[in-house]
Amino acid sequence: MSTDKPVSVGASVIQEDTWIGLKNFTKARIALGNVGGSLPLREVLALKLAHAGAKDAIYSGLDVDGLREQLSGLQVPVFCLSSRVEDRMQYLKRPDLGRRLNEQSVVSLKETGQTFDLVFVVADGLSAEAVNLHASEVLKLVIPELASHYKIAVALVSQGRVAVGDEIGELLNARFTAVLIGERPGLSSHESMGIYTTYAPEVGLTDERRNCISNIHPDGMSYWDALRILSYLIEQSFQRKISGVDIKLELDQLPQEPLSRNSI
Amino acid sequence: MGYRCSIHSRNYVFADLKMLLAKATPFRSGDALAGVAAESNEERVAAQMALSDVPLKNFLNEVLIPYENDEITRLIIDSHDSEAFKSVSHFTVGELRDWLLTEAASTETLRKLAPGLTPEMVAATSKLMRNQDLIKVAQKCEVVSKFRGTIGLPGRLSVRLQPNSPVDDSRAIAASLIDGLMYGCGDAVLGINPATDSPEIVAELLKMLDHVRLKFDIPTQSCVLCHVTTALKIIHKAPVDLVFQSIGGTEKTNASFGINLSVLQEAWEAASSLNRGTVGNQVMYFETGQGSALSANANFGVDQQTCEVRAYAVARKFNPFLVNTVVGFIGPEYLYDGKQIIRAALEDHFCAKLLGLPMGTDICYTNHAEADQDDMDNLLTLLGVAGVNFIMGVPGADDIMLNYQSTSFHDAMYIRKVLNKKPAPEFEQWLLSSGIVDERGNRLPISGSHKLLSV
Repeated sequence: MSTDKPVSVGASVIQEDTWIGLKNFTKARIALGNVGGSLPLREVLALKLAHAGAKDAIYSGLDVDGLREQLSGLQVPVFCLSSRVEDRMQYLKRPDLGRRLNEQSVVSLKETGQTFDLVFVVADGLSAEAVNLHASEVLKLVIPELASHYKIAVALVSQGRVAVGDEIGELLNARFTAVLIGERPGLSSHESMGIYTTYAPEVGLTDERRNCISNIHPDGMSYWDALRILSYLIEQSFQRKISGVDIKLELDQLPQEPLSRNSI
Repeated sequence: MGYRCSIHSRNYVFADLKMLLAKATPFRSGDALAGVAAESNEERVAAQMALSDVPLKNFLNEVLIPYENDEITRLIIDSHDSEAFKSVSHFTVGELRDWLLTEAASTETLRKLAPGLTPEMVAATSKLMRNQDLIKVAQKCEVVSKFRGTIGLPGRLSVRLQPNSPVDDSRAIAASLIDGLMYGCGDAVLGINPATDSPEIVAELLKMLDHVRLKFDIPTQSCVLCHVTTALKIIHKAPVDLVFQSIGGTEKTNASFGINLSVLQEAWEAASSLNRGTVGNQVMYFETGQGSALSANANFGVDQQTCEVRAYAVARKFNPFLVNTVVGFIGPEYLYDGKQIIRAALEDHFCAKLLGLPMGTDICYTNHAEADQDDMDNLLTLLGVAGVNFIMGVPGADDIMLNYQSTSFHDAMYIRKVLNKKPAPEFEQWLLSSGIVDERGNRLPISGSHKLLSV
């Protein structure tokens, strides 16, 4: 074709965008340049890498042994449980099964014959990597401060969804559960943890009965801020005997100290 | 009575039309989750065989959700155009499928037929169609809509520019907006999903979009995709072009979205009265997606695809400018993988077009679905061939607010190039006069002093 031009040796074929300075205003993938209107390969691979990390996080497994080891110094019982889900594929297709404990787990909790005030549930959710990294760090900060006032247990749940905490709470007669769970991985954050709190947990509750602290990861919410909110939610729930939409989170009313004893 | 089909020595019985439609649906995870899917491959084909023999007239007499209980059923039955239906009233579902593929079913014939078809008839027919059938018939349907631009003309493909920011930061949004315009996107709508539904923030964002549009004289329309009641609050205080709302196919689904037909009517009347359009005044922008009814526990045993098509009855009532199925956003418990997402998107596009709606598609997936960019390339190409009215344009395909992957500005360049599609005519002229693309649609080199970069 007459319009074809030879490529000059050493020159890039990428047409760069002149507004690259706009990248300072946003994390969105702008000013990527183009090759004949298509994405330059460097950008194709960058997106692929981010997606690969997210997929790997979804298929990561809960490090039950590691978590038990890390929590062993806290002097609270740690129960190792599983949902009714058999594998990750089923987990993704059947959220209902991830909300219930399997038979063996139910039996083991019934056999304890104990009751607790507060149960912390650690579940893999959609990113086990997230709780493998953050859950024991958060629990090591929060449990020692609460242990003198409350009888506490921890449950580790493989293939669990948020609502599995309701059944665990019911079986252990807990007054309150906090479910630490891996959130759906984004392209930029594969290791984001959420905490869902429920007062008077029982099977069958829905989301409006929960409070949520989300986006806990190094580039998102800090452990410190998460603990401030968690302390506030525990205080509010035990005082008012509720959880969920009726507790409004007003950040300026939160305690500066996450866990001052008189606030809990 | 029920519906029957014998295969070899086995007799399959389907208690009612609702069950027959569900069992005849190509497999998807959401119907299995709902417990309405066929229990074997053979049962699915048996249901499809039985469905192919059902007269279209049956759909007017046997409703899936009782008339007394559901305003969408009432809308479907009460607005049915029996005159338009006459030409196909003697057909079974299978005969309609065969006829749609013939030359007799021309663009003009299908346009006239649309008000005579109900969502359930169309959903039923789609269940008997292969992907190529869905593409071929949809391509024949032309649905043109107008506001400041003309969307859906043959040989055209438009793009919603989606410059979202996780904190509604107007500078971040403007940066993505400029980037998208420079790649020829934004002729369907400049549309922001706000991170919060506050009336003040929505009004601010609308003012920003309108400012950019007026400053550069862009022949397009804007929308901040807030709840319809939020739009109603600010409609006389901010420049509202299009009113947005997510809609579903049962009254209870819509209740879970906090809406009903009368709220939509109110919004439609209010937005129409502003007369902000230039070449037309279609003011509604609806989004839908298979699985929304089940996720609201409002599906009443109806399969997710049929629920989806019932939502198009709601859309049709308000003569929308844009309808968009957000097909892969809902997650793998409803559409598990690329194959299911692609099938669902082709169904949604076909059904909407046959019912006379200006359908676009958010070609997308979440990270927990078994899908990737290659699946989206396949779907984009298929929908381009099928004549989709518009797609999304998201910077680098990565929506940093909604955390999912859609189509990028570059994807829009690709599909226009390989299928020789142009933007909406008014917008194309603007792109040419702004020195952004040449007459063949190729991106021109853009200097750092281009007028758009002064924003």
